[in-house]
Amino acid sequence: MDKIDLSRRAFIRTAVAAGGGMVLGFNIPATRDAAAATVQPELWKPPAGGVEVNAWLTIDADGVVTIRVPHTEMGQGGMTSVAQLVAEELDVPWEKVRAVLADANRHVTRGNEYKDMSTGGSNLVRNRHPHIMQAGASARERLREAAARKWGVDRAQVTAKQGVLTAGANRGTYGEFATAAAQIALPQEPKIKAYGDWWLLGKDVPRMDVAPKVNGSAIYPIDVRVPGMVYAAVRACPVPGGRLKSFDFAAVKARPGVIAAIELKQSKANLGNSDMRSAIAVVADSFYRAKVALDLMPIEWDLGPGAQNSYAAMDAQARDLMDKEAKHAEEVRGDPRPLLASPGGKVVTGSYARPYETHAPMSPPAAVANVTAERVDVWSFTQNVAATLLLAADQAGRSPKDVFVHGTFQGGAFGQGNAVDITRQAVELSKQLGKPVKVIWTREEDTAQARSRPPIWARFQAVLGADGLPTAMLSRAVGETFNPAYADRGIANMPYNVPHFRYERHVVPTNIPVGPNRAPGNNANGFTIEQYVDELALAGGWDPLEWRIKMTEGNERWQRVLLKLKEVSGFTTKLPRGQGMGIAVVESHGSTVGVCATVEVTRRGQLSVEKILVVTNSGYVINPRAANEQVYGCVAWELSHTLQGGLDLREGRFRNTNFDGYKLTRMADMPPVESVYAMSQDGWWGGFGETAGPPTPPAIANAIFFATGKRIRSTPILQHNLSWA
Amino acid sequence: MNLTLSVNGTSHQVDVEPETPLLWVLRDTIGLTGTKYGCGIAQCGACMVHIDGQAVKSCNVNAAAAVGKRITTIEGLSPDSSHPVQKAWLEHTVPQCGYCQSGQIMSAAALLQRAPNPTDRQIDDAMSENLCRCGTYLQIREAIHAAAKLGRS
Ligand code: FES
Ligand code: FES
Repeated sequence: MDKIDLSRRAFIRTAVAAGGGMVLGFNIPATRDAAAATVQPELWKPPAGGVEVNAWLTIDADGVVTIRVPHTEMGQGGMTSVAQLVAEELDVPWEKVRAVLADANRHVTRGNEYKDMSTGGSNLVRNRHPHIMQAGASARERLREAAARKWGVDRAQVTAKQGVLTAGANRGTYGEFATAAAQIALPQEPKIKAYGDWWLLGKDVPRMDVAPKVNGSAIYPIDVRVPGMVYAAVRACPVPGGRLKSFDFAAVKARPGVIAAIELKQSKANLGNSDMRSAIAVVADSFYRAKVALDLMPIEWDLGPGAQNSYAAMDAQARDLMDKEAKHAEEVRGDPRPLLASPGGKVVTGSYARPYETHAPMSPPAAVANVTAERVDVWSFTQNVAATLLLAADQAGRSPKDVFVHGTFQGGAFGQGNAVDITRQAVELSKQLGKPVKVIWTREEDTAQARSRPPIWARFQAVLGADGLPTAMLSRAVGETFNPAYADRGIANMPYNVPHFRYERHVVPTNIPVGPNRAPGNNANGFTIEQYVDELALAGGWDPLEWRIKMTEGNERWQRVLLKLKEVSGFTTKLPRGQGMGIAVVESHGSTVGVCATVEVTRRGQLSVEKILVVTNSGYVINPRAANEQVYGCVAWELSHTLQGGLDLREGRFRNTNFDGYKLTRMADMPPVESVYAMSQDGWWGGFGETAGPPTPPAIANAIFFATGKRIRSTPILQHNLSWA
Repeated sequence: MNLTLSVNGTSHQVDVEPETPLLWVLRDTIGLTGTKYGCGIAQCGACMVHIDGQAVKSCNVNAAAAVGKRITTIEGLSPDSSHPVQKAWLEHTVPQCGYCQSGQIMSAAALLQRAPNPTDRQIDDAMSENLCRCGTYLQIREAIHAAAKLGRS
């Protein structure tokens, strides 16, 4: 083992030195025996090897700049984005830039020093770039001012470029002036750079988090090991909303390594997203022993009224409701109802449905907590370490200043990390046991307890005018009780210029809590509205792409995407039977994204997605290479739910809670994806981490229609008979 | 029960029930956490290791069955990330969240051992054992072709 561990450490150093490297915000296991490798809780302290110019960065004597990243790295490239935004303003060579995860305790105890540590909604670059760039600009101006004072010149005469300050014959490095800069107060903070002045933003930069992810050294919450730690397997009531009645610990107590069974009490009558549900934990000296004992332990549940719920029942109710006028209604413009009711009009109707889905991050949620008399240390599944710190403090009954949430990588999160009660579970168990505890959810527990992606249903009706274009349109969507607003996204604000448009929403009750899931709302609604648009266009004798261009006249961001699609996709409705191309465009998270899908369907109904072309207008792109990686990932994400996916809800619980029943896209199903940009660069910034997903399902379904003549009204598509004659 | 396992060239005495999946022995008992848990039912490939040179899902092999075999985990694939697959993975920035990637790399390394110059079809067959929720499949495909070139040179 010696050899491997020593050289692995050497490799990390080399990778850092080789440029664009990273320093992890926690200790890399440095012991000689991997079996004893632990991650030690460590207090935040002022930088040892460099001078802190502000909360965001330190500069050391060699000019190495270490940037503290307040956001979660869950595979979206957040560490690299923050480092790139700061380095742009600071103006330092990229090889000298390092990234570490910022300290949540410092943020919380010093008045939200990083402004916001949440990571979601594709917000990092689009909405946070002003204050992140400001941190770099403010540091740069202090360095210039420090040099100006030393040299007795005006700040305007000092140039700061690539880590070097100059004024006439005077020259110094950032490192030399860092201490002085940290003391300087400026009368006014500088403005951040405008688009045309960038030297680093807009360029391909390799992500900084890759090296530890190819040799097993990257640490995720599930990997954290603390001395004296025990392991817990937990099971919450399999029917959400139900409660634990009883359990028989005596039946498993004698099993090897088993330590305790502990009831986790539901914290509130009505649960919010991160509140603790009624659950039972079995604790043992290894996870496997805990899990087996939990599986064997007799448990009785009071399942509650949720046990009556099923997707079939929700679906029947939703279809019934779509025939009825809803209380929740917005007239977006005009009132379409008189026109729809007038005799002789050509009315086009289309209805669609999407089922429940789950996040299934590749790492099932895990958390480690160590509650001691002095302090509370936590490593957890989260997209917001500051929020997690406050949850942990609340559960432990301690002051936030004594709580430390340590950064790790996240093994995917996709929205689920905003709404999960595993932190509370770990803290509660550690508090009760007086020992560090690691909680791991099995895959089955994850699917059963994740705040799921909600199902939606939508029916549209429109009447066509003499030119074949709609004059009036009524949309009726059905959402569910926990977050009915997800049923709105992308429909209520659809950009098509229909003169009379009314939007209504119904709600069906359910016992399944829901939460954000990569492009929430839009991920399901794109499939409904963008298929309906194709149906409308064809009914009116229009080409679907020309229809969209016509119906979004004057909308620059959409026009840019549609015209680019027209230019590069080769879209046609005239392919021979068995082949099809489909178009769809969805605006979400500030970006307008168009997809052209090409499919082939054999006579017997075998579907193959041949190609996905994605055209993105997010206004700007700071790292095209990393952005493309997000585009490919988003396509794979929605491909899973379009073709397979779909949670099977019966008797108030999901039946397919592991990958044998919940099928996801694999290598053999992955089509080539081409990512093209059509950026408006008009001062508006859109997101990238979730925006290529929503138009993918409807583009595929539209393509299948042209290949087979069959309109696909629900997913998973592979459950439909696609054969044609 | 005491078992002796040979992992990455080192012999380990472990005290576990013989039916314990090798995955958990590697992670919790020996402390090699590079091998990941994703499903526990041989569906996702996050736990892929090499046993006597073959790619095997370690959640699906019990500890007793691994006695006397040569077990290699991601930590033992190379001492310094210099295996052609690791080099190609770095060059093509394959990992996103990275959680599936130990398994992906072990599957790809075993594939290249059998088929030094794999076709897309062979890549599809071998790599469809491994799920990637972040959707890095296109980069994986490119990187495997690149690793094959590195292996030849
Ligand atoms: S954990 Fe072994 S295949 Fe998923
Ligand atoms: S890189 Fe995240 S699951 Fe594969």
